[in-house]
Amino acid sequence: MTKQLTIGESLRSQGISRREFMKFCTTAASLMAVPPALIPQLAKALENTPRQSVIWLSFQECTGCTESLTRSQAPNLESLIFNTISLDYHHTLQAASGAAAELARTEAMKANHGKYLLVVDGSIPLANPGYSTIAGLSNKDVLLEVVEGAKAVIAVGTCAAFGGLPKAAPNPTGAVAVQDLITDKPIVNIPGCPPIPIVISSVIAHYVTFGVLPQLDGLKRPLSFFGQNIHDRCYRRPFYERGRFAESFDDEGAKQGWCLYKLGCKGPVTYNACAIFKWNDAVSFPIEAGHGCLGCSEPDFWDAGGFYQALSVPLTGAATAASYAMVGGAAIGVVGGLLNRQKKSEAKQHHEVVSIEDLKRT
Amino acid sequence: MNYTEFLLWVRGPAFHFATAILVLGLTLRFLEMLFLGSPRQYAAVRSNGIAGGIRTVISRFAPPEPGVFQRSWFIIVAGYLFHLGFFISFFLFAPHIILLKQVLGVSWPGLPAPVINIITIVSLFAMITLLINRWYYPVLRFLSDFEDYLSWTLAFLPLFTGYLAFHHIWLPYPLMLALHILSVEILMIVLPFTKLIHTFTFIIARWTNGARAAQKGVQV
Repeated sequence: MTKQLTIGESLRSQGISRREFMKFCTTAASLMAVPPALIPQLAKALENTPRQSVIWLSFQECTGCTESLTRSQAPNLESLIFNTISLDYHHTLQAASGAAAELARTEAMKANHGKYLLVVDGSIPLANPGYSTIAGLSNKDVLLEVVEGAKAVIAVGTCAAFGGLPKAAPNPTGAVAVQDLITDKPIVNIPGCPPIPIVISSVIAHYVTFGVLPQLDGLKRPLSFFGQNIHDRCYRRPFYERGRFAESFDDEGAKQGWCLYKLGCKGPVTYNACAIFKWNDAVSFPIEAGHGCLGCSEPDFWDAGGFYQALSVPLTGAATAASYAMVGGAAIGVVGGLLNRQKKSEAKQHHEVVSIEDLKRT
Repeated sequence: MNYTEFLLWVRGPAFHFATAILVLGLTLRFLEMLFLGSPRQYAAVRSNGIAGGIRTVISRFAPPEPGVFQRSWFIIVAGYLFHLGFFISFFLFAPHIILLKQVLGVSWPGLPAPVINIITIVSLFAMITLLINRWYYPVLRFLSDFEDYLSWTLAFLPLFTGYLAFHHIWLPYPLMLALHILSVEILMIVLPFTKLIHTFTFIIARWTNGARAAQKGVQV
């Protein structure tokens, strides 16, 4: 049996210099809000740790998450660290297929039982197991089988983290998120449609170094990446403050780069790091390209009131409710008013006239 | 229920419900008032009362007679600061204007967010001092009942939660935004059935008093 390479050995075999490796460690530490003093520890851990076994399961998904992670024009630091894990099973990336592929999965599960990381992208259909199967097994069965020996689960993408697009109303497949089915394993959600690649690699680096998942927010997202919302870090924020808004996608305001709030930007309620790291080698991100944030890293973003409806605008239906209420109010008001009049008239009829004689009586 | 679902609930069903209760309550109360009628006037009217009505609507923005301001300057100043602050932050904050455009169909320019921020702080401060004043003076305290404190709370919460949401204090923004909207919805539900209805009736009441007074007396 060949010796399992450590991450350091693996990187050197690919021609990665020590300088590049340390640059990655520094970047990862800074991204994960790890104190600079721990960078040597991070480097040492990455250097000496055997490549982490990772099993990647894809369920109801579009492969966009994998595309996001791998489709870099030139190998970047994220993909380098991604290469240093032992990706033992991944539909899209593995060469094997059919029975051989499934054998790779079961062998990895056996060899690394209790130690491997399970990465999931895509939601799990519960309405009918036949909606999505792998080698004849339902997504739910595969997930429960693989998660049993996993040390932790990373739900990559909004579908795995929160159900995403498959769960959008009316949710025909009965899609659920990983965390809806798995409650006895540590889970970290890395939502986004797709998620930012360096977030995935940094979480894995953190896990390899410290043996634990990073600090998470209430939705189990790494706080260091999802701690601030898009709006707060948006370069168009000063226009919001000054009340300068684009009213349409081709007006003067849009050309001047004003705030897209009125056009439905969900930046204020979306926690993600797009405004900081951006996309395509930090070239741009949706708001910079002139379109509002869709809020793709938030639960139920697809059904969150319309992409082009401003956040402060109520969902449609208030006018109908108000119309019925007005009719109801008018009916009650008329009846109440008539009853009051009747009461007034009765009181008038029973009113006793006081004469001067009555007042004289003692 | 996560905060996205909560936010959707307050922007959807809860808002529809609150709007329905507000409209129902206002319709009901106005019809009730209309059915009360007005007392029969036995004397010939002096004028149609329009000028008197308008005059009273405007004149009651100022203290009624000399000395009143000197005696109660604090309540008048703080009261004005709160009312104006509430009015400005509600009607001139850009996200609110978008909401009002959707509901009313008309739009107007807003003020920059930092200006609204300062106005909100002044309003909140004015409200807090008014509450302290209410507790501090025994007569005012004696005259205050549950409805007064309820009205204060329901007016204070939208401003306070709006301020917290804007500055991302305590809770994540979506959750605080949802609480802010919810606080307004509670205000909408309670408004028609408490003294808070003065938001809609103060001009009508002033007009009625002014117009009736102008109709009385001898024509010169």
